[in-house]
Amino acid sequence: MSFTRRRFIQAAGAAATAAAFPAAAQAEPIRLGLVTVKTGPLASGGIDMERALTQYLKERNDTLAGRKVELLVADGGGVPAQTRTKIQELVERDRIHLMIGPLDTASALAADDYIRQAQLLTLSVAAAEDMTQRKPNPWFTRGTSTSSQSAMPLADYAAKQLKYKRMAVIADDIAYGHEMCAGFMRVFEDAGGKVVQRMFPPLTVPDYGTYLAQLKTNIDSIFLGFAGSNGFRFLRQMNEYGLIKKMAPIGGMTALDEAVLRNMGDEALGIITSCWYSAEIDNPINQKFASSFRSQWKYDPGFYAAATYTEAAVLEATLNQIKGRVEDKPAFMKAVRSVKVDSCRGPVSFDQYGNVVGNVYIRRVVRKEGRLVNSVIHTYPNVSQFWTYKPEEFLKNPVYSRDWPPAKNLES
Amino acid sequence: MQYWAIQTLNSLALGGLLFLLAAGFSLIFGLMRIANLTHGALFMLGAYIGVSVMRQWPNLWFAALAAGAAVAIFGGLLERFILRQIGGNVLGQVLVTLGVSFIIADACLLTWGGDPIPIPTPPLLQMPVRIGSFIFPAYRLAVVGIAVVVAIALYLLMERTRLGAMIRAGVDDPQMASAVGIPVSRLFSTVFCLGAALAGAGGVIGGPILSAYPGLDADMLPLALIVVILGGAGSLLGAFVGAFITGFVYTFGVALLPDLAYVILFLPMILVIAFRPRGLFGKFAA
Repeated sequence: MSFTRRRFIQAAGAAATAAAFPAAAQAEPIRLGLVTVKTGPLASGGIDMERALTQYLKERNDTLAGRKVELLVADGGGVPAQTRTKIQELVERDRIHLMIGPLDTASALAADDYIRQAQLLTLSVAAAEDMTQRKPNPWFTRGTSTSSQSAMPLADYAAKQLKYKRMAVIADDIAYGHEMCAGFMRVFEDAGGKVVQRMFPPLTVPDYGTYLAQLKTNIDSIFLGFAGSNGFRFLRQMNEYGLIKKMAPIGGMTALDEAVLRNMGDEALGIITSCWYSAEIDNPINQKFASSFRSQWKYDPGFYAAATYTEAAVLEATLNQIKGRVEDKPAFMKAVRSVKVDSCRGPVSFDQYGNVVGNVYIRRVVRKEGRLVNSVIHTYPNVSQFWTYKPEEFLKNPVYSRDWPPAKNLES
Repeated sequence: MQYWAIQTLNSLALGGLLFLLAAGFSLIFGLMRIANLTHGALFMLGAYIGVSVMRQWPNLWFAALAAGAAVAIFGGLLERFILRQIGGNVLGQVLVTLGVSFIIADACLLTWGGDPIPIPTPPLLQMPVRIGSFIFPAYRLAVVGIAVVVAIALYLLMERTRLGAMIRAGVDDPQMASAVGIPVSRLFSTVFCLGAALAGAGGVIGGPILSAYPGLDADMLPLALIVVILGGAGSLLGAFVGAFITGFVYTFGVALLPDLAYVILFLPMILVIAFRPRGLFGKFAA
């Protein structure tokens, strides 16, 4: 390498700057973008994301790893194109260093190529499987779970502990619902059970009456893969038809979220769901988080609040490891893949694809101090996105979908 | 056999609900010739107002009346102070109603939050009805009954009262109606209030089945459009028949051809548009 004059001046200048202002880089705050949803049908979770993240930063006096953190919040509305524009705005106008978000899978997929192009450090809560599997984005880290990461342990629990043999599955007709049901079905059938009925109602179905009338009665239970308000509406209608008494449904990580639970009645009692979080998890970090969240907002934190609170903990641990130098992107990504951090959801670490390895909790709805809560009845420790399958073999298969794995035991 | 009975009841229940939703939409469409795109939002607003009323006075029927009245007033203001300003500009009016529906949706989000809120079923109707070994929710049967009662009341209003005669005249030929001295402008306000009231009350009556949640507006509006295009704008009979056809087609279509769940609702509508553009009972092409 020839040492030209220009290079010399650059090097000298850099050295001089570093000597004169040792904390120059540190003085500037870390600009953290939160891309969430504050309008439209997904707003409930999106607002919780902001509340929990604000709480985390406030508890640390807006300082992580010795640097001030400036939070910039953008509302993508749950609309992929709008979310992408907002992210671009945050990067190019506000020059954020990193992003937490977006909330929904479709928006995450829409932003995927921009994240690659801008090399934007991303801590996401969106569940799209392939973003950390067959098409891993090198700048993308997920601290929550893939679609099926919480459903696969539930299938194991249903087959081995609850001794269910025959089940139906029902989920929203979107990738998230397909992936969840596929993971559930694979593990349940590998453990000896049979999925004998499968239904995917459209996301905006007006009424579940026609699906409930089709539901088989000679089954042990039904798995609910709903998100948002759909699980709530399905359960209420199931109760209307007197079906909850006949078969206890079990649900995925968004079927009976704390956000939905607070408006439900006794029909929810006893229902078992699985998730990587519950407001009832008994660890000191969560007790502090949940109780101060509850005292401020008068309700329990759920999936989305815990998601950003966890991501913030991952962020802080990573920044501590690289001494706050968020500008060094490769170092950040290397560090974030190797951190081990205790968070409100329990111990968290990451696999080489950027996806979380953490506990998954089996929870049962009980009444406690007058309100309904998801009490933890069983813990699957350190669950990876591949469940107990070998990653290489798992990745050789197609991504979970409506068609894979094939449903062998459906009865018409 | 029993399965078919249950699905028939489901179809009737959905049809009844759709009639409550679409009747007001059809009236406004027929008279004013604008697709009132706030209709879904008014339905949702009604449901949320019902939620608040029922927290004070837990009676669904009272809540439905109160929400109907409140939404009627809102609709009247909307017509008088916004739509009237751009009278004659039909495209502009439709766009304005779309804009107002967004405003209503976010105002609801701000006021009632983003979580789904249940509307309790009246205690008397919580007992399910037993049909063979299957049980059917009594409330859904009640919804069919309510839809029929509302349909009869609207029929009497349209066919037996002076107001009804004026509305019919306005639907048939607005120019001629105003030429013979019918106060068409006042009629517009009245019909808009009536349509809004039906939407608001419908939101509460549908509440125990649908709940109040953000997005209810966008879920409901296309259904109202389908029913009215199928039945024909401005025709009460059209809304009634269209609602029940839609209820049956949807319920059985989804059960028998699950892969067509997305198009099944639109198939009858497309056939009607292709072969009878004014709808089954409509007076003019929508």
